[in-house]
Amino acid sequence: MVPELRRVKRVKRDTFDTFTLMLEGGGVFLPGQFNMLYAFGVGEVPISLSGDPAETGLLHHTIRDVGAVTRALTRLKRGSQVGVRGPFGSAWPIEACRGKDVVLMAGGIGLAPLRPAIYSLLKERDRYGEIVLLYGARTRQDLLYVEEFERWRGKFGVQVRVTVDSAGRGWKGNVGVVTTLLPRVRFEPAHALTMICGPEVMMRFSILELKSLGMEDSNIYVTLERNMKCAVGFCGHCQFGPAFICKDGPVFSFERVRSIFGVREL
Amino acid sequence: MGQGMEQRLTIEASGLDGLFAVLEERGFTVVGPTVREGAIVYDRLASPADLPRGITDEQDGGVYRLKKRDDDALFGYVVGPQSWKRFLDPPVKRLWRAERDGSDFRIVPEEVPREAFAFLGVRSCEIHAMEIQDRVYIDGEFKDPGYEARRRSALIIAVQCTVAGGTCFCVSMNTGPKSESGFDLALIEVVDTERHVFVIEAGSPRGREILEALETRPSEASELAEAENRIADAAARMGRTFDAEGVHDLLTQNLEHPRWAEVAGRCLSCANCTMVCPTCFCSTVEDVTDVSGDHAERWQKQDSCFTMDFSQLHGGIVRSSTRSRYRQWLTHKLATWIDQFGVSGCTGCGRCITWCPVAIDLTEEVAAIRANPPDAVEPHRRGKP
Repeated sequence: MVPELRRVKRVKRDTFDTFTLMLEGGGVFLPGQFNMLYAFGVGEVPISLSGDPAETGLLHHTIRDVGAVTRALTRLKRGSQVGVRGPFGSAWPIEACRGKDVVLMAGGIGLAPLRPAIYSLLKERDRYGEIVLLYGARTRQDLLYVEEFERWRGKFGVQVRVTVDSAGRGWKGNVGVVTTLLPRVRFEPAHALTMICGPEVMMRFSILELKSLGMEDSNIYVTLERNMKCAVGFCGHCQFGPAFICKDGPVFSFERVRSIFGVREL
Repeated sequence: MGQGMEQRLTIEASGLDGLFAVLEERGFTVVGPTVREGAIVYDRLASPADLPRGITDEQDGGVYRLKKRDDDALFGYVVGPQSWKRFLDPPVKRLWRAERDGSDFRIVPEEVPREAFAFLGVRSCEIHAMEIQDRVYIDGEFKDPGYEARRRSALIIAVQCTVAGGTCFCVSMNTGPKSESGFDLALIEVVDTERHVFVIEAGSPRGREILEALETRPSEASELAEAENRIADAAARMGRTFDAEGVHDLLTQNLEHPRWAEVAGRCLSCANCTMVCPTCFCSTVEDVTDVSGDHAERWQKQDSCFTMDFSQLHGGIVRSSTRSRYRQWLTHKLATWIDQFGVSGCTGCGRCITWCPVAIDLTEEVAAIRANPPDAVEPHRRGKP
């Protein structure tokens, strides 16, 4: 329950409102897990680990500045201290991807918790069939990690497709919701596993599309987000039907949450 | 704490002074029922004189009233607005402090509490409530060290219920009225014109050791018969009944039942039910700093799923309607609690009925959903992704 103090090694600006805090001291985590980060005197927030699980020296957290605590975290500099509890939660099913095509669908900052899964898959690239990354963001300015896309495409043959909701001047790419990218990539739905992370509405429509292509519920994984205070199942805030998102999630097999996934205000 | 057939012994009501002395000698802080502001609450007791003598409580939906009894019974009532969770898991507590140290800071953990409580007058439903909270705070992957320390050191002195309250339904939930285990000592009060005694038994080695230090005599057959009669009488006079059969599936398969909107029309979303519930465990945290900005603290406070900001996310509030908040509370208490912890979150104590300002009765709400089967209600809404 008590945070451990870590020092900021580096801060990287990702977009106008998003940055990555890299913390010293490292640690072991699984792709999809999160830490609780504490800013002195302000509070604590759950933040997904966004780095490479094999890189044990630094812990990456990609953070969007949307509230009081994340605002305080933006003010941290190299050498500043931050409180850390974790890692908590369930992981993306990397083992289950073996021999399958893998489709990763991300909306906005949802790419951050998927990036450790991408790194893990690329580490043993030949174990998997096609790897597809479909990524949607509001505008070009909201896109994360674009500098890595070319390497993922060129070196590892990942099919990376990007779309934005609203195109500004000079944008020559796709415009529209992320599901419009599905027909443009090669994978075999019957032998694929999908991991989705984004707003609930985006996940809902992605699932509908994937199912219409013939994907089984048991091969679709989603992450869910709710208000969270303790991360250890005591505070009750993150309940989603029978699940505590902090310890049973945030990654769930869609098969497990199917019956309650579309229920409003649950 | 074990169970076993102990020889039944009797102490005189006047012998409770001796019990207090023995508990104090062993370093316990005695906590038990006492009258305050028109209600029976749990607080530190200096002597048996602090117990509510000759008092009973009238309870119904939205109704709680103390009345005089025509005898001097010390435990002639049922449960009040508070429960023992107030002591095992204080509603407001500091988790840790942080001190600024130049450009750095350090964290000072809170010490594990040392005070050992002797809870006097614990009812069967309340022992079950503690065992339900144990599953939350002790039995899982993570443990709450403060709760665990208080719970392990607490001495449980049960009082078997010899009256039933107007909103009680422990018989329906299989949680009472008689405690069969989970106590160190158990008392049955027998009071009439000729006598005022307690039949006492030990339920653990710790209880046995205390019992041996008390002035007791073997119980008379008539006392034992009267004691058992009174418990059976309480069991027969439950104010409410509840059909718990299949309630998990009933509620989880009826998330869009029209009854939720109907009850939301009455519910004030005041959170009373969650405050009085002996098993509700939700909490929030507050981070505070002093004026200098060099000293920060993190406090944990009891919270309720009936408040609006309970489900706040950066995108808005997940449960913005009263309908969704009442549905969350009731389905959690009676259904998804079973998925999470293997038992129902309800002990049948009736507090949520008594202390609801508009007398919403969960037994009635479940019965209304049961009376209107799932297939009759919007089946197309269920299971839709």
